[in-house]
Amino acid sequence: MSYQTSHLDALEAEAVHVIREVIAEFERPVLMFSGGKDSAVLLHLALKACWPGPVPFPVLHVDTGHNFPEVIDFRDRRVAELGLRLEVASVQGAIDRGELSEDRRPGASRNRLQTHSLLRAIESAHYDAVFGGGRRDEEKARAKERVFSLRDEFGQWDPRRQRPELWNLYNTRHRPGEHFRVFPLSNWTELDVWQYIAGQGIELPTIYFAHTRHVFRRDGMLLALGPFTAPRDGAADEAPFSATVRYRTVGDMTCTAAVESLAADVVQVIAETAASRISERGATRADDRASEAAMEDRKREGYF
Amino acid sequence: MELLRFATAGSVDDGKSTLIGRLLYDSKQIFEDQLEAVERTSLARGDDYVDLALLTDGLRAEREQGITIDVAYRYFATPKRKFIIADTPGHTQHTRNMVTGCSTADLVIILVDSRNGITEQTRRHATIASLLGIPHLVVCVNKMDLVGWSESRFEEVRAEVEAFSSRLAIADMTFIPISALTGDNVVERSPAMPWFKGTSLLHHLEELHIASDRNLIDLRFPVQWVVRPRSAEHHDYRGYAGQVAAGVMQPGDEVVVLPLGFSTRIASIETADGPLEAAFPPMSVIVRLADDLDVSRGDLICRPRNRPVVSQELSAMVCWMSEQPLRVGAKLAIKHTSRWARALVSELQYRLDINTLHRDRDAGELRLNDIGRVDLRTTTPLFFDEYRHNRATGSFILVDESTSATVAAGMIRRAGA
Repeated sequence: MSYQTSHLDALEAEAVHVIREVIAEFERPVLMFSGGKDSAVLLHLALKACWPGPVPFPVLHVDTGHNFPEVIDFRDRRVAELGLRLEVASVQGAIDRGELSEDRRPGASRNRLQTHSLLRAIESAHYDAVFGGGRRDEEKARAKERVFSLRDEFGQWDPRRQRPELWNLYNTRHRPGEHFRVFPLSNWTELDVWQYIAGQGIELPTIYFAHTRHVFRRDGMLLALGPFTAPRDGAADEAPFSATVRYRTVGDMTCTAAVESLAADVVQVIAETAASRISERGATRADDRASEAAMEDRKREGYF
Repeated sequence: MELLRFATAGSVDDGKSTLIGRLLYDSKQIFEDQLEAVERTSLARGDDYVDLALLTDGLRAEREQGITIDVAYRYFATPKRKFIIADTPGHTQHTRNMVTGCSTADLVIILVDSRNGITEQTRRHATIASLLGIPHLVVCVNKMDLVGWSESRFEEVRAEVEAFSSRLAIADMTFIPISALTGDNVVERSPAMPWFKGTSLLHHLEELHIASDRNLIDLRFPVQWVVRPRSAEHHDYRGYAGQVAAGVMQPGDEVVVLPLGFSTRIASIETADGPLEAAFPPMSVIVRLADDLDVSRGDLICRPRNRPVVSQELSAMVCWMSEQPLRVGAKLAIKHTSRWARALVSELQYRLDINTLHRDRDAGELRLNDIGRVDLRTTTPLFFDEYRHNRATGSFILVDESTSATVAAGMIRRAGA
């Protein structure tokens, strides 16, 4: 026997260890599940970590009300198949209750409003560990993130006061009101995620693969024509057209862009990902474009 | 494809971030949009070249001050290997970050400025790499372009570093003359230094043999979680989940479970993907035993004739990471493998001056970023090995019970006070 370990085996073993550490040391974990590819992988790893028993914690989705219907269908079907308990933190609900006011300027999104609904859900259910699918390769502020990342009683992240994280010895101690964000996929890259999806046969929403869609171009990004996103009045450069596209990331329809692609299955997506010259979020996320520190600022407030 | 984790260390001006930027850039791991963002920021700051350091400095304060504050993790792959870089800051006050980055590393790259030669930082970083049991050290003598690609200057620096590191425990040490700025000897061999007979840095990272760094001899399986689904389907299921810390185990093997010490056999090794014929580091598995024993989280499975030390007394090197100094008599929480206990600091043997390796036996305390030898007494027995034999069962963290902050990293030297 050679005792070889592939990089995906090593990443899986690390993630399973992290998930089990949460089960052993926390009282009220929850797993953020949006139906996107990273959360699908995260859920798959949670199933493996808990096997042969069921996943002993609920899943949480922060719903902006502007999600892709294909993704919500997938979310609901997976939750039903696995017999999970789904909690939905609704941004629309918070707006209706008057807790949030919507930015109505053209091009605005509900991205930043999600933080409020997420923190409220965490606070009201007293979750002490919140699993997220965030990866350090996604964005430069995320590159500084811990696997077990402490949030204060306001849900805020202070990058300069992070605890050192040594070996695989995670310090899970916290005071009442504080919670941890836990990122089992910290060390995975976009390509690792896709290779793992292929190797494990993990199912994804259909919008990750090439399909025909009505889109328009804004700031160099392809946005879907839909109930929440339309070309600005009189903007000639935002004329809609039909294109064959897929999504590299899945978030709010108003700030998630498609990429032109003919990749119709996982193998073709992997080939395209390996050859891509544009980063995942750079290609597709309007929310990161606000400023150089857009992600850092949102994370400090309590964002995913 | 194999995974190699390495940490990089160097002073602020040694060009460490530039080297990482160069590795990512030349291995085509930097995306166009990331490069454009760096170009914009460089231009706005008035730099006359694209500062690749900006690729790794992720926080606003870092970009503004041109320094690295915290450990940043970076990822790249070549057709041969996947790499995880822990980029650690070099300033003195951030030694704790270097310890953090090294704790999971297979290899450490230390950068030395060819004009300055060995500095206090170099000594500090080599010492930390040695204390953290890093099996492979690569010393990159950087900025060779500024010393006219001089072989004799490279040899002088090498001699200085070797003279210091002969007193350290580093098994494998490699020297490579480079220029991170121009890329010489980073990815491709440099035509400017034909006298150098070694390989480029990237080639070294790709080819280094690391499979033997794991301990496959001394079986150590800390129980992380007792799996008892209690569902109708798995009513009587009882298994012990954990990550193999060392050694190889197979179904049928005779084992003991500490602290009880009862002997039993491994009935099966299971995962969600099916049963396994063998488990070894770093696999996360479930072990089922032939006998019904009272086993809990924090217990340890090993072989009857190859056991760790079981003791409430231990002596260790610690790196102190808190603003509040460590003094004898302190009571702290300790996490070792999957076990929490409380620990009393019964003795401060010495503070290590990591520039001179002098042992200051009169030190009354350890301050932030100090490294020293302490004796601890714990409330319950721990099952441990010397760190140099087993990084997983030889390491621990100390936690302040009032603030919950992680205040020290510990590496066990031996049992007893």
